[in-house]
Amino acid sequence: MQAEQISIFIENKAGRLSDVTGILAEAGINIRALAVADTSDFGVLRLIVDNNAKAEEALKNSGFTVRKTKVVAVKVEDKPGGLHRILEILKNARINVEYMYAFIQQSGDKAVMIFRFDQTGEAIKTLMDKGVTVIDGKTLSTL
Amino acid sequence: MIFNIEYETMPREALESIQLKRLQTVLSRVYATVPFYKKKLDDAGILPGDIKTLKDLEKIPFTTKQDLRDNYPFGMFAAPMANVVRIHASSGTTGQPTVVGYTARDINTWAELMARALSAAGASRGDIIHNAYGYGLFTGGLGVHYGAEKLGASVIPVSGGNTKRQAIIMRDFKPTILTATPSYALHLAEAAEEMGISFKDLHFKAGIFGAEPWSEDMREEIERKLNLDAIDIYGLSEVMGPGVSIECLEAKKGLHIFEDHFIPEIINPETGNALPYGEAGELVFTTITKEAFPILRYRTRDITTLNPEPCICGRTHVRMGKVSGRTDDMLIIRGVNVFPSQIESVLMQVEGVEPHYQLIVDRKDNLDTLTVRVEIGEKLFSDEVKQLQELENRISKDIKETLGVSAKVKLAEPKSIARSEGKAARVVDNRKI
Repeated sequence: MQAEQISIFIENKAGRLSDVTGILAEAGINIRALAVADTSDFGVLRLIVDNNAKAEEALKNSGFTVRKTKVVAVKVEDKPGGLHRILEILKNARINVEYMYAFIQQSGDKAVMIFRFDQTGEAIKTLMDKGVTVIDGKTLSTL
Repeated sequence: MIFNIEYETMPREALESIQLKRLQTVLSRVYATVPFYKKKLDDAGILPGDIKTLKDLEKIPFTTKQDLRDNYPFGMFAAPMANVVRIHASSGTTGQPTVVGYTARDINTWAELMARALSAAGASRGDIIHNAYGYGLFTGGLGVHYGAEKLGASVIPVSGGNTKRQAIIMRDFKPTILTATPSYALHLAEAAEEMGISFKDLHFKAGIFGAEPWSEDMREEIERKLNLDAIDIYGLSEVMGPGVSIECLEAKKGLHIFEDHFIPEIINPETGNALPYGEAGELVFTTITKEAFPILRYRTRDITTLNPEPCICGRTHVRMGKVSGRTDDMLIIRGVNVFPSQIESVLMQVEGVEPHYQLIVDRKDNLDTLTVRVEIGEKLFSDEVKQLQELENRISKDIKETLGVSAKVKLAEPKSIARSEGKAARVVDNRKI
């Protein structure tokens, strides 16, 4: 049920993000969700795309350090308290969220959040036990 | 002021005759007491008795930093430990320091030469010396200290660091002579200025600056900002420490080498051939009075010239020009000797680090800064920023612990460090000195 995300190391230099988006555009890859974590020197760009293998290959060929990371895509009710409910479940199960970000597209009337956990399998099981919908990677790339 | 008129102004002929006698004595000593030198001379087919003129010195093989490392820690000592009263060490290229020792007489000689050096800069009994060279394994602090006491001056052993306290001491104790690295002196001036203490109101008349290269432009800047005469001093622990040579206040043109204790030569670093006076090449030293750690034809890797012309100060000892460069890739960062290979060996001990790195040296607010860029490969790349920062901190800490120099570590994209003909441009030195 887990999904895959591509992480890319980029130095904080003008034009580096556009280098990445340029490579992906050229390879015909669609970006579905994105988040940047940064420090004063460097950033880590995290992407969900419609074709991981192709994206990874194109970026590596251009000399980027790329890594695939397991993440979990979760349906979140698009109303006050929607995200809070999910986080409460995780808190009670003592599962740590490393980071999270929002998916661009909705799934039906629900929002989609991407989570990175310290214990991916445990997190998926806990959420599903509580009736939360987890979207698998294949479905995610077709949303 | 000349501390030792007899020796410092001795006619060259008499000086050279003393040099030869002392050289012959030291050769016999090391041949008998240091297996390293015995083997070296035997291999070259030379007996101590073969050295009949100063020119014959050229027959003796060179000693290099590598020889010192090979004989770590005490293999080059020519006196038994029972007679050694002090041990100093400087950083080495592979984490192995260069160790030197001193007998009581060596310490006394060193103190005399530092007293001469302080005198040459205008210091005398009654002066208060603010000694901001580091005390410890580094020879700077203690070297100046003993010379100041020998001279009869009052020495404040303030050592390096704690700049604010130093400024207060300078204001309240009214020192008249400053001894520090040139970059630290400028840093001190700025820090004092920020505290409302102006060097114009302080009592310094001269500063003795060394342990790192500095230019004539920097001299002007220091003299203007610190309101004192800036004097260059040279030395290295392998030869003795600070006080191997010093500029005189009168000329400020070249550093007098105390030739009654050291024989300098300039050689072509490629061929090893001796070069005539005036030509630039690598400086080589032979010590002729040291007991615990005599050294024969030591290659300093420093590039300079020698000038034997008489000086207006009256000293007859030959003058070396300011050091203009190195024959190796050694960097001096805040007075600490750093070889790129040392950084490389620290990096290689971190699992997954690739040998693609670059050192960027700069001078900000008059203090040297070292930035180490390290390319990050897939093995080390984590998509969690926290882990990448931990990696940077770990490398930085390892460098500090191994080399004693602070470095900022910056992770870099793969292949972002220029590679020319397969070899990376390892060092970018942006300092204007």
